[in-house]
Amino acid sequence: MELVIAAAIGVLSASGVWLILRPRTYQLVIGLALLSYAVNLFIFSMGRLRVNAPPVLDGSAPVDVTAYIDPVPQALVLTAIVISFATTALFLVVLIVSRGMTGTDHVDGREG
Amino acid sequence: MVEPAHLVVAPILVPLVTGALMLFFEDRERRLKTALSLISILALISIATALLNTVHGGGHAASLVYLVGNWPAPIAISLVADRLAAVMLLLTALLALPAMIFATQRWEKVGPHFHSLFQFLLVGLNGAFLTGDLFNLFVFFEVMLAASYGLALHGGGALRVRGGLNYIVVNLVASLIFLIGIAMVFSAAGSLNMAEIALRAESMQGFALPALHVGLAMLGLAFLIKAGMWPLGLWLVPAYSAAAGPVAAVFAILSKVGVYALLRLALLVPNEGIAFGSLVIFIGGVATLMFASIGILASQSLKRAAGYFVLMSSGTLLAAFGMSQSAVTAGALFYMLSSTLAVGAFFLVVELIEREQDAASSVLAVTMEAYGEGEEDMEEDEAEVGRIMPGAVAILGIGFCLLAMVLIGLPPLPGFLAKFAILTALLGPEASVPAASNLMRGTLAVLLIASGVVSLVALSRAGIRVFWAPVEPFLPRITVTETAPILYLLGLLIALVLAAGPAMNLFLATADDLHHQVRYLDAVLGAERVPPFAEAHP
Repeated sequence: MELVIAAAIGVLSASGVWLILRPRTYQLVIGLALLSYAVNLFIFSMGRLRVNAPPVLDGSAPVDVTAYIDPVPQALVLTAIVISFATTALFLVVLIVSRGMTGTDHVDGREG
Repeated sequence: MVEPAHLVVAPILVPLVTGALMLFFEDRERRLKTALSLISILALISIATALLNTVHGGGHAASLVYLVGNWPAPIAISLVADRLAAVMLLLTALLALPAMIFATQRWEKVGPHFHSLFQFLLVGLNGAFLTGDLFNLFVFFEVMLAASYGLALHGGGALRVRGGLNYIVVNLVASLIFLIGIAMVFSAAGSLNMAEIALRAESMQGFALPALHVGLAMLGLAFLIKAGMWPLGLWLVPAYSAAAGPVAAVFAILSKVGVYALLRLALLVPNEGIAFGSLVIFIGGVATLMFASIGILASQSLKRAAGYFVLMSSGTLLAAFGMSQSAVTAGALFYMLSSTLAVGAFFLVVELIEREQDAASSVLAVTMEAYGEGEEDMEEDEAEVGRIMPGAVAILGIGFCLLAMVLIGLPPLPGFLAKFAILTALLGPEASVPAASNLMRGTLAVLLIASGVVSLVALSRAGIRVFWAPVEPFLPRITVTETAPILYLLGLLIALVLAAGPAMNLFLATADDLHHQVRYLDAVLGAERVPPFAEAHP
C-alpha cells in the first residue's frame, strides 16, 4: 500500500510540476490541480497509513488508542481541499479575464 | 465584564464583521462603506495600541494567550499576542488607514467591493500575526492572499491582469509548498501548535529530527517566496507596480508577513542558539539586497522603483535576521517599521506623480482603456473632485524628498536611525556576534551603506526629472483626501524619530523575547483556561 500511495503522489506531483512549467494557462490550471491532489494525498499519508482504523472514537467501550487513526491529518486534508478548490476557481476567473483582455492564453499575455 | 484577554481575538473579528457587513450594501453606498471602514480601522488602531500597552507597558505579562474555544493549552488553537505580534498589528492598522482614505478619492470607484476586500485582507494579516498554530497560519495566509488577488486586480487592465496572473500562480504554488511543510512537521512532531513543536524538537531523536528539519525548510521556502527573496521574488515587482497606488501601499506589509513568519518559526526551533537556517536566510537576504539595488538603478518608472524598494526592505530584513543576534534583530525591527511606512507612502506619492505624466502614466491609461467608454466618467470624477489642493507641487516635492531621505537612510529620519542601530550592533564596541563571522558582518555593513548610496543616486535622478526638469509642465491636480494620507504617514515617520528612544527600547525587548523562545513556550503552554460559566457561577 505504501508503494502505491508513494507512486501515486510521485506521479501526480511530477505531472503537476511539468504542467505548471508550460506556457499555456489551461495547462497551468490542470498542473495546479494535480499538484494539489498530490499534496492532499501527502498530508493524508503523513497521518500514517492504516487499514480498518476509524478516525472517530465511538465512545461505547474504553478507548484503545491503537485501534484508531490520527484524525487531525484528515481534518487538515478537508480544509486543504476546500481552500485549493476555491483558489483554483478564483484562478480560473482571472485566466478567463486575461484571455479576454490579451487575446491569448499565454501566461505572459503575449505569444513568444 | 470584558476580560482584556478577549481583546486578543478582536483584531480578527472586527474587520471580518465589517467586511461581511459591507457585502450587504451596494457599491453606490460609498459614504456608508467609507464610514464603516474608517470605524473598523480606527478600532484596530486602538485595539493594537491597547494590546501593545498590555504586553509592553505593564512589564509583567509579556504575552497574552487566547485559547479559542477554551480548550486546554496545546489542544486549543491559541492566539498569541506578544510584543512582536502587537507591533505588527499596530503597523498594519497604521498603514491601512492612509491607504483606505487615499482610495476613497478614486480607486474604490473603479471596481466592485473594494472596501470588503480591504477588510478581509486585514483579517488575514492580523490573523497571521496573532496565531500560534501552524495550520491556522496557513488558513490566514490564504484569507490574506485571496483578498490580495482581488485587490491586485482591482481596476482591471491588461497590465494588471498580466502581473496579477503571475502573482497568483506563484502564490498558489507557495501555498502548496506550505502545506507539504505543515504535513511533514506534523508527522515529525505530532502537533501543529508552534510552541508544542518547539518543545518536542528539543528531545527529538532518530528519523523524526531530519523530517522536522525538512518540513521546516519547506515552510521557510514558502515564507521566503512571500517575502520576495531572490530568486524566489521575481513575481513581486510586476505585480506590485501594476497594482493601484493605495493597494500597493498596503501590499508593502504583505511581504513583511513572510519575514514575520520566518522570524517566529526559525527562532522557535534554534540550533544551539542560532536560528534555524540562518545562513541560508542571510545569503538570500544579501542576494535580494543586491538584486533590488540593481533593479532600483535600472527602473525607468518610479512605480517599478517602488516595487524594488519593497524587495530592498525584505532583503535588508532577511540579511539582518540571518545574523541571528538579538541587537541586530532589534535594529532590523526598527527598520521594518520605518521602511514599511516609507514604502507605503512612497507608493502613494508615486501614484500622484505618475498620474500626471504622459510617458509614465501607463498604469492609469490601462485603467481608462479597460473601462473603455469610462474615459468620460473619469473626467467627470475629476470635475466633481472639488477641492484641489493648493501648492500641490510643493507638497509632493517635500513629501518625495522626505521619503527619499527615509529610504536612503539620511539623518535625522528613521531610516537612518534604523540602519545606524543595525550597524552599531554589527560593528560597534559592544558587538559580539558569536554566530556570525567577520565576513558576514562586513558584507552586511557594506551592503547596507551601498544600498543607501544606490537609492540616493536613483532617487535624486528621479526627483530631478520629475520636479526640476520636467519635459512637460508639471502641474498635478491633487485633492485634500489624497494629500492628507501622505502627510499623515510623514507625520508618523517624524513621530518615530521623536519617540526613537522608547521605540528602540520596545524593539530591544521584542528581540530579546524572540531570542529567548522559552518565554514564548511558557506563555503558550502555560496558558490557563477560563473557568467554564457553570463552574464559575454555581
